[in-house]
Amino acid sequence: MNKPLPNSLRQGPDARGRFGDFGGRFVAETLMPLILEVEAAYEASKKDAAFQTEWRRLLTHYVGRPSPLWYAERLTTHLRKTAEPGKGAKVYFKRDELNHTGAHKINAVLGQILLAKKMGKTRIIAETGAGQHGVATATACALMDLPCVVYMGATDVERQQPNVFRMKLLGAEVVPVTSGAATLKDAMNEGLRDWVANVHDTYYCIGTVAGPHPYPAMVRDFQSVIGTEARAQMLEAEGRLPDVLVAAVGGGSNAMGLFFPFLDDKDVAMVGVEAAGRGLDTHEHAAALSRGRPGVLHGNRTYLLQDGDGQITEAHSISAGLDYPGVGPEHSWLHEIGRVQYVGATDEEALAAFQLCSRQEGIIPALEPAHALAHVIKAAPTMPAESIILMNLCGRGDKDIFTVAKHLGENI
Amino acid sequence: MSRIAAKFAALRQEGRGALVTYLQAFDPDRETYRAILHGLPAAGADIIEVGVPFTDPMADGPSIQKAGQRALKAGATAAGVLDLVRSLRTLDDTTPVVLMGYYNPILTYGVEAFCKDAASAGADGLIIVDVPPEEADEVEPHATANGLDLIRLIAPTTDEARLPRVLAATTGFIYYVAITGITGTRSADYASMAPTIAKLKRHTDLPVAIGFGIRSPAQAAEAAKAADGAVVGTALVDTLAASLDPEGRATPDTVTKVLAQVSSLAEAVRAARKVAA
Repeated sequence: MNKPLPNSLRQGPDARGRFGDFGGRFVAETLMPLILEVEAAYEASKKDAAFQTEWRRLLTHYVGRPSPLWYAERLTTHLRKTAEPGKGAKVYFKRDELNHTGAHKINAVLGQILLAKKMGKTRIIAETGAGQHGVATATACALMDLPCVVYMGATDVERQQPNVFRMKLLGAEVVPVTSGAATLKDAMNEGLRDWVANVHDTYYCIGTVAGPHPYPAMVRDFQSVIGTEARAQMLEAEGRLPDVLVAAVGGGSNAMGLFFPFLDDKDVAMVGVEAAGRGLDTHEHAAALSRGRPGVLHGNRTYLLQDGDGQITEAHSISAGLDYPGVGPEHSWLHEIGRVQYVGATDEEALAAFQLCSRQEGIIPALEPAHALAHVIKAAPTMPAESIILMNLCGRGDKDIFTVAKHLGENI
Repeated sequence: MSRIAAKFAALRQEGRGALVTYLQAFDPDRETYRAILHGLPAAGADIIEVGVPFTDPMADGPSIQKAGQRALKAGATAAGVLDLVRSLRTLDDTTPVVLMGYYNPILTYGVEAFCKDAASAGADGLIIVDVPPEEADEVEPHATANGLDLIRLIAPTTDEARLPRVLAATTGFIYYVAITGITGTRSADYASMAPTIAKLKRHTDLPVAIGFGIRSPAQAAEAAKAADGAVVGTALVDTLAASLDPEGRATPDTVTKVLAQVSSLAEAVRAARKVAA
């Protein structure tokens, strides 16, 4: 365990798609040739100037990037009220909730759909939990005139009705998945099953930094636009880098996108916030890193919630987007080498943060970044007043108002 | 000679292909499955695939997904599955047993311990669906050390460039996946597959069994004739499922109906003589 750290933490994955022991390509033979094809196409796209130019054009003129960096001054002041004198970090938000479609997901989706077109694929499939990735994929498919099928757990279809309707408006077919607990994990199984049956014409647009290689690296690279922008914006705003980065972690794409460009900045600490559901010491949470152990699921080796026999257990979170028993393999590696600290925030803490953010900043956050904010609320008052926290506000809360209203006992 | 090699050699002498059956261990419960397992050789199964249940069977269709859920509800564990294989070996020492499943339960058991215990229980081979040759280095040494064959799936998508690598990592026999898709969803024209199999055989001396989508005795006979064996899984699982009561429990019909179907498949496979090569 005392292996020296490499000079850069941004070199992974290796040729086998591994980040340390994590990642890889654990898929059935039918998919293997296609996974290799996606990898080759992705590697080629990195050097393809026309591809990069088109993706950047879409990010600028369609998504609305760069997203702003916002100094959350009222929230900072509010949190200082409970802090000792001289304490209370400055809180900044990276506002990816302002992206077209309302979350960071669109960044990687546009890259992947361009790739699919380049590969000559004519049909797109995706899995979705909260529906943000499904909406982003349906959006990109509408823009690029491709048929789109989105697999979504029946439980999530129920609790994310606005996004289901959005996807339908955008022309996508939403298929409710009833196997297992009918949430994100089961939707991903169904996506993989569809892909196996339709490899000849179909591209599987994965929404997070998980799945078989090259997906974890590819989705991370596309999402790294978040961290790259934030790094430059922070230097401009404060003349220095932040002290701590905070992001919610389900599969972990918004967190990888923020963290990756800072990994070699040794003075920048990083905190990934998993969904602690009803509490980390209950059986109802989605904290794969805090309470799981390594295993193999959905094409990669990573930390998983599982029982003593290696059967995958159901995750729980108020946030459909964090309700996943695994986590991207690069997070597992960053956890094991200690570069990123992973903590939990409960449903209740996320709900409180959701409301606080709405009132203090006039920003209704999605329940996913509300988990990150719940940690910021705990951490900021303990830090010196001159320190800086940068949090990824990766999605907006329009989709969650029904869930939140229900929890607050309001009828809307 | 391993049980698998001996079986294919004996069938070659007989001039016919093998009937390979798949059911999931503990489906619908341990004792009903045990009765089926013990009855399979006499019903005509030449090779027995024992499904090791997993919560997230990514390559399987709805029938086998549900079988897995029934099995897990009935308390299936990897150790429990090995106990069932061990119990078969007290009655039958020649019918090859292949354990088929996904990697995570094996990883949790411990790959080395699993290979050792599987071999000592009397299993002859492993099919680990989500461990392609690229990831097999942590399994191969332990399988080899314990005399277990690593049977691999070759799919219609496996191209010429990739084929040698997959074949090099395969022992026992080759499981040719007849369709691009998951188990039990659609069928192929098995009679027309002889040229595909012949092409495959230019690269290997291993026997080839065809699977995915084989439901009827006629299809099994066609596949066994086109190759060296036919794998039937979902059709048997469907028969088992149809025999259960509304609560998903076994009925007095469960064992007899499944074994009767195996007999009719076996009869067709045995009647399909292979043309001498």
